[in-house]
Amino acid sequence: MELNQLTIHELQEKLKNGETSAVKVAESVFNRINAVEERVHSYIRLMKEEAMSAAEQSDKDLQSGKAGPLSGIPVALKDIVCTKGITTTCGSHILHNFIPPYDATVVEKLASAGAVFVGKANMDEFAMGSSTETSYFGPTRNPWDLTRIPGGSSGGSAAAVAADECIASIGSDTGGSIRQPAALCGVVGLKPTYGRVSRFGLIAFASSLDQIGPFTKDVEDCAIMMNVLAGYDPLESTSVKAEVPDYRQYVGRDVQGWKIGIPKEYFIEGIDPEVSAAVKDAIAVIEKNGGQCVDISLPHTEYCLAVYYIIAPAEASSNLARYDGVKYGLRTSEARDLLEMYKKTRREGFGAEVKRRIVIGTYALSSGYYDAYYKKASQVRALIKHDFEEAFKKCDIILTPTTPTPAFKIGEKTDNPLQMYLSDIFTISTNLAGIPGMSVPCGFTAAGLPIGMQFLAGHFEEGKLIQIASVYEKNAQIEKRRPRL
Amino acid sequence: MEFETIIGLEVHAQLLTDTKIFCNCSTKFGGSPNSHTCPLCLGMPGVLPVLNKKVVEYAMKMSLATNSNINKSCSFARKNYFYPDLPKGYQISQYAYPLSEHGYILLDVEGEQKKIGITRIHMEEDAGKLVHDEHNPSSYVDLNRAGVPLIEIVSEPDMRSPAEAADYLKRLHEILVYLEICDGNMEEGSFRCDANVSIRPLGQKEFGTRTELKNMNSFRNVQRALEYEVKRQQYLVENGGTVVQETRLWDDAQGVTNSMRSKEEAHDYRYFPDPDLVPVIVDDAWIEKIRKELPELPLARRQRFVSDYQIPAYDASVLTADKALADYFEEVVKLCSKPKAASNWVMGDVLRFLNEEKRDIRNCPITAQALAEMISLIEDGTISGKMAKDIIDEMYKTGKSPRVIIAEKGMVQITDESALAKTIQTIMDANPNQLKDYRSGKEKLFGFFVGQVMKATQGKANPQKVNELLKKMLVG
Repeated sequence: MELNQLTIHELQEKLKNGETSAVKVAESVFNRINAVEERVHSYIRLMKEEAMSAAEQSDKDLQSGKAGPLSGIPVALKDIVCTKGITTTCGSHILHNFIPPYDATVVEKLASAGAVFVGKANMDEFAMGSSTETSYFGPTRNPWDLTRIPGGSSGGSAAAVAADECIASIGSDTGGSIRQPAALCGVVGLKPTYGRVSRFGLIAFASSLDQIGPFTKDVEDCAIMMNVLAGYDPLESTSVKAEVPDYRQYVGRDVQGWKIGIPKEYFIEGIDPEVSAAVKDAIAVIEKNGGQCVDISLPHTEYCLAVYYIIAPAEASSNLARYDGVKYGLRTSEARDLLEMYKKTRREGFGAEVKRRIVIGTYALSSGYYDAYYKKASQVRALIKHDFEEAFKKCDIILTPTTPTPAFKIGEKTDNPLQMYLSDIFTISTNLAGIPGMSVPCGFTAAGLPIGMQFLAGHFEEGKLIQIASVYEKNAQIEKRRPRL
Repeated sequence: MEFETIIGLEVHAQLLTDTKIFCNCSTKFGGSPNSHTCPLCLGMPGVLPVLNKKVVEYAMKMSLATNSNINKSCSFARKNYFYPDLPKGYQISQYAYPLSEHGYILLDVEGEQKKIGITRIHMEEDAGKLVHDEHNPSSYVDLNRAGVPLIEIVSEPDMRSPAEAADYLKRLHEILVYLEICDGNMEEGSFRCDANVSIRPLGQKEFGTRTELKNMNSFRNVQRALEYEVKRQQYLVENGGTVVQETRLWDDAQGVTNSMRSKEEAHDYRYFPDPDLVPVIVDDAWIEKIRKELPELPLARRQRFVSDYQIPAYDASVLTADKALADYFEEVVKLCSKPKAASNWVMGDVLRFLNEEKRDIRNCPITAQALAEMISLIEDGTISGKMAKDIIDEMYKTGKSPRVIIAEKGMVQITDESALAKTIQTIMDANPNQLKDYRSGKEKLFGFFVGQVMKATQGKANPQKVNELLKKMLVG
């Protein structure tokens, strides 16, 4: 096995006992990038120079005993988290030249844990999309089938992990943008509880839904990443001062007697039969290992998509108002007056999907429509949250498919936004309720495409997700495959 | 037709916190453009607001001082509109859930106390400003002011004349300055006022259509603009026209208001709760803590001046209009125990000097100690009131104490009876005709002799003593 194919915990071991060096690990990752990046296009920008010097520093730290938990571990960052001095585009033309003078809190945390940043990963423009096709910088391809999408919006982060172009990565999830690409790329992806990981420096899409989380090759790595990422941040008002456990301690703990809620609303017609079968097999594995399935209901599920597509665009329409050509980013080359500058800058700077959502959101907040749309959606959101509160009285964990289908073809849904939106149908409710959710690989289709299933838990119960995911991972004995690139 | 005027005011007051409402940048006025900015107040992507607790406390002070009910929970909303001085494309303000509501302040209207209702007080951030270059078709953006904390104080439509509105504004201003939460500088924009005004035929219940007036940067202009607008609306109605709901700008130079935008052109601000901020929870303990920090407010102080110092209500209101002036007055009284004299000197000469030079009492060359000393010197007869007039001029010019001035100029009053008697005798001898006329009943000539004595003593003679002696000696 090549170094770039290993997990964080495997590399930690090798780095600790001197079997390899951070520089060698970084080189191995960049060699892989050289070999496959042209086809996969996981990255908007590579940070080789910075990475190599960070790797050298990691080696010094490892030698002097000052190593952090991620010393020498190559990590990719979704291009939505601000990196001081390094262009951060959010996948958009309007920010193609934006260089933040600050680091996102997660970037600071990862850096001080010793992580080596490989580059800025591709994404749907402003995280609006489920396929990474709306990126101004061109789509990312699914490493398992280059004619297919990797999912989105964090498609670059998922593909980079799946293609071994990094060891772990950071994504953000507003309605499934970590879990859906994790499922479609066959990696582990966790969306933490809202308020668990700092949003400071995360370019906002929908502030009440956005949350940063990790992509990893296995569950234990997810726990290692969460140990670094989680925690209160005084720079964010919605950050929560809840105790952060050592997530690694949950890895391998049994789930004897746990009640596994199976929501009937998530096992509906229209789900791809192979996905359905894989999830059913997974349920059997969990039952065999001590879990007891209980039927539960999340009665407001049918409204999730509608509620999401009012609240998220409404917040986005306001969050994206700052991209006006005045202060940074793109400014149209010629305009006769202020209004023309605004219009041309935003017309040239935003892609079609972003514009669509700005229009929807602006409409939903307009005087005369606010009550019927935004206000009503907020009320239904409270009911959706309540559904989960009730459900978690009956079970410890909820299990669902992550996506209704495996990865679809590039271009297949770009002309049909509603079809595209449906690929997040199982992940959106989590963000509306603010609870954590995790996608774990649970097999492959006959055509060799990865399938993912999703675990959901109550607020701040990421530990439970890691616990059950690790039990499943250990006992499912899913064939270890790597994409043929 | 007789009309009634209806006025409501919206006041924006900049709070005197050291740092901005959602970041740690300085709130200092001036400073080179964009020197008091950071990624947050520049509206950069990904940065998040964190509320400055001082802002809440200052706003709570104003709420308590205006008898408003502080809501147990309030929250922030985004007011969305595009303008280059608004870096995020929205202003963080409060909308559905303001900090406080249902307050009032009291005005003296023709000797009666009148309550002016305060609808709400809410917190928000200020915008930056645009700088235009005459010689260049560009505009520049200075965001030093972006994020400076403001409170907006919205009144009920309770005022019935422009004068009443101006009075309300002065009282509000007074309270803010007393609380030391706003410097009240209207020219620099730290105290700004918009007015809503309408008229209705006397006796009609429904309000007429209102217009909103902006761009009035002094108390006087608020009153002038309102007076103009009331006349304009009356003229319209009396001549078969109708008032249009619109925003109008006051043009100070022309003394008129001009239409800025109609109701149809008004922005749709698309307010919605700001998802980056959590509700502000205010418990009773916090309110009580703030209540204990409140200073004596202008109205209470005015009443206390009347009852404790036995000075007229008018004097009390002049003296308390400015907190520093009232402090100065009280210091003088404390040192000389002569409130009425202190009030006369402060309201007379001291204020006259300051007004002439547009100076603030805080920079007055006459210290409270010096003024008290001077009043004591009059009381103990060392100097006369007339001499004091000259001395106080000198005190203002030089900042010297009255004793120093008296010593330098040899201005001590002559109270020595034998010396004065000698002078009077000399004058009587020198004016035998006048003396004869006086003694034959021309009592008006008494003043002539007083004048002669004062002339001979260069005004230093103690007038009371001169009177007594003259009365005795002229009779013969």
